[in-house]
Amino acid sequence: MEALNEVLLSKLKIKFGDIAAGYSEFRGELTVIVPKERIVEFCKFLKKEIDPGYDLLADLFGLDMNTAEKRFCVAYNCYSTTSGHRMRIKVFTEESDMKVPTVTGVWSTANWHERETFDMFGIVFEGHPDLRRLYMPEEFEYHPLRKDFPLMGIPGSLDLPSKYEKYGTDDRTDRT
Amino acid sequence: MGLENSIGDGFVATKLEAVINWCRKNSLYPMPMGISCCAIEMMAAAGPRFDIARFGSEVMRFTPRQCDVMIVAGTTTYKMAKVVRKIYDQMPEPKWVIAMGVCTSSGGMYRTYSVVQGIDLFLPVDVYVAGCPPRPDNLLYALMMLQEKVQRGESRGMAPAHIGDFGNHALHQTNTR
Repeated sequence: MEALNEVLLSKLKIKFGDIAAGYSEFRGELTVIVPKERIVEFCKFLKKEIDPGYDLLADLFGLDMNTAEKRFCVAYNCYSTTSGHRMRIKVFTEESDMKVPTVTGVWSTANWHERETFDMFGIVFEGHPDLRRLYMPEEFEYHPLRKDFPLMGIPGSLDLPSKYEKYGTDDRTDRT
Repeated sequence: MGLENSIGDGFVATKLEAVINWCRKNSLYPMPMGISCCAIEMMAAAGPRFDIARFGSEVMRFTPRQCDVMIVAGTTTYKMAKVVRKIYDQMPEPKWVIAMGVCTSSGGMYRTYSVVQGIDLFLPVDVYVAGCPPRPDNLLYALMMLQEKVQRGESRGMAPAHIGDFGNHALHQTNTR
């Protein structure tokens, strides 16, 4: 294990005790599995109290592990602009309880990333200021990046304008 | 010019529709519906090297109300389809549509839930252009084919009464079904 990761891990173990137990290292980058109840606290600690802090959330995305337990995962790629060091956080959630606390209060860039993850996987980020779909139309009912979603979509779930008639009404309030 | 010399003070007898269609086909104003990468080739076709002005179509209008032909250039998603259709509805008749590239013609390599598998599912298309993306030459050839169509008085997008009674109209057939 790299020296910097070892220092980081020891700091995390002092602060969070047992939760830093699920960790691994790949090519010099640390991955820590965190219970979802403590993710906000964990991210705040990483950004503010570690030196140098992980001040940039490079990416936040969902994963469908397609397993009976702990089916969905949210991964956070953190980057320190001062030291150039990266680390990864993973949060697992059950299919029956799709709620994960939002980290928009820590990194505001998480806003659109969480909207995308909600759109594609249906993971609800609790406390998010504006949790709407990012890509798909708002009336769409499914989450396309789930493993059980068919590639060509569900017939009739996305409507198309008619070929021979005018679309919508002439009413100016009807905007697409 | 040569024509005046040979005719002198005489006159030419023709059908009014033929003259109108001749005017129309040589001044087709395109609506550049550039949705993705095909739009780059469309811009190249408008540039000096390929020069779409040779066919009287250099006036790219960014308002649909001044356009005759919509060049749909790029992958059309279900979300975008409504916008494309709305812009098409705002174009004055007579109007034509060129589907540029495989994505617009058939969905192309995007065989997926979010992409419309061919814009002819919601738009009456007159000319399809193959290629990913098509070279500007292909677009110019499509425009030439469309000019032939305009001269014949054909358009898939409107009622035959608006362009003269030509009988073999696709929309006409659909409406009488």
